[in-house]
Amino acid sequence: MSQPVRLTPPLSDEQVAALTAGDRVLISGTIYTGRDAAHKRMVEALDRGEDPPFELAGAVIYYVGPSPPPPGRVIGAAGPTTSYRMDPYAPTLIARGLKAMIGKGKRGEEVKKAMQEHKAVYLAAIGGAGALMARCIKQAEVIAYPDLGPEAVRRLVVEDMPLIVVNDVRGGDLYQEGRRRYQR
Amino acid sequence: MAALRTIEAAEITAAVARLCGEADIELPQDVRRALEQARDQEESPVGREVLARLIENADIARRERLPICQDCGLAVVFVDLGQEVHIRGGSLEEAINAGVRQGYQDYYLRKSVCHPFTRANTGDNTPAVIHTRIVPGDRLHLWVVPKGGGSENMSRVFLLTPAVGLEGVKQKVVETVEAAGPNPCPPIILGVAVGGTFEQAAVRAKRTLLRELGSANPDPEAAALEAELLELVNRTGIGPAGLGGRVTCLGVFVDIHPCHIASLPLAVNIQCHAARHKEVVL
Repeated sequence: MSQPVRLTPPLSDEQVAALTAGDRVLISGTIYTGRDAAHKRMVEALDRGEDPPFELAGAVIYYVGPSPPPPGRVIGAAGPTTSYRMDPYAPTLIARGLKAMIGKGKRGEEVKKAMQEHKAVYLAAIGGAGALMARCIKQAEVIAYPDLGPEAVRRLVVEDMPLIVVNDVRGGDLYQEGRRRYQR
Repeated sequence: MAALRTIEAAEITAAVARLCGEADIELPQDVRRALEQARDQEESPVGREVLARLIENADIARRERLPICQDCGLAVVFVDLGQEVHIRGGSLEEAINAGVRQGYQDYYLRKSVCHPFTRANTGDNTPAVIHTRIVPGDRLHLWVVPKGGGSENMSRVFLLTPAVGLEGVKQKVVETVEAAGPNPCPPIILGVAVGGTFEQAAVRAKRTLLRELGSANPDPEAAALEAELLELVNRTGIGPAGLGGRVTCLGVFVDIHPCHIASLPLAVNIQCHAARHKEVVL
């Protein structure tokens, strides 16, 4: 297996275009969280001409609703949620400069098209490994929609967050390729 | 007539609270063993790594008292209530919901229950989904099954035509797993109920998830179908985390039940690898 690619957001078109489905990635630095309800609000805000809660250009968004931090911890369990529920909103954010989405599970055709057109990638974290993923999160702060509780938008500082490229900018799809390889 | 045995509602509440916490933090040993076996069998290098990480994750959760998964589930509670039990100091449902409320607070579990349209969070992970049976005896048996949304969303109920028969049932189960692909966090566990009615099939499918992985089904017809479905599903190539591999499914539990002469109900309840359940007998 190849060496992981180390990335620190904000990401450029070139950094994103250099990734291929199946590549391993280690992200360090600042990323943002958002899932169903936050996506709806962000896109509604953009539609009204308002600013998003964080700079979208070059940004990385992690589809996660963490469990509450026990005393003395930054965050609780923090693994990825299923991504297709964000599909209705993702193309809008990608068109505004979002460069990477972290989640688990298949993406729709519209999202894959937007990734190719605007140069963005979809990265998978291991679903259900919430306690393990929490270890690479060094800081967490709610920056928007606190009333959404676990669904609020958080700014995370992460260190060596282990991910794998599922969808690249050339239409590569690890879920399809991986399955074909082992299908009988 | 035998004297009734009294159980205090507060005792039920305390038990449910503890079961919620333990279920979400401690992966059952049968599941951990199944993940180890899967890791040893898996041909895909990425798949093996995913399985190794899942085992590591379970160990970190247990040691550091963190939930295995941030989706601490909707609390599904199965109750077998002995008909010689008298519950004092409150209703059974209230006692269970109070336990869910307390457990999700005390163990720092994520509250994942909301209004279906406004999506406003109820704030305390209630109401629980409670399935109660009245059974002989003077005991109260409780199972807490925190059910994650990702795998539940990929579950299906079919009202098939009797003509499709056993082959049609097998085909629908495999189609359900294929359509789900990476979404429900494979390797999955399948709860399959054939027969009954629309709603009973779904509840029976969920109830099969209380079984231990590797346990033998006493019904030889169901046992044979379990083995065949496991083989078929593991040919899909979906693999651990859906990244490709041989181990898509850790186990299949089948429940076969009589149904209407016009019907062939089938429920396929998909369970993610974080197959959490804890039980207690009061």
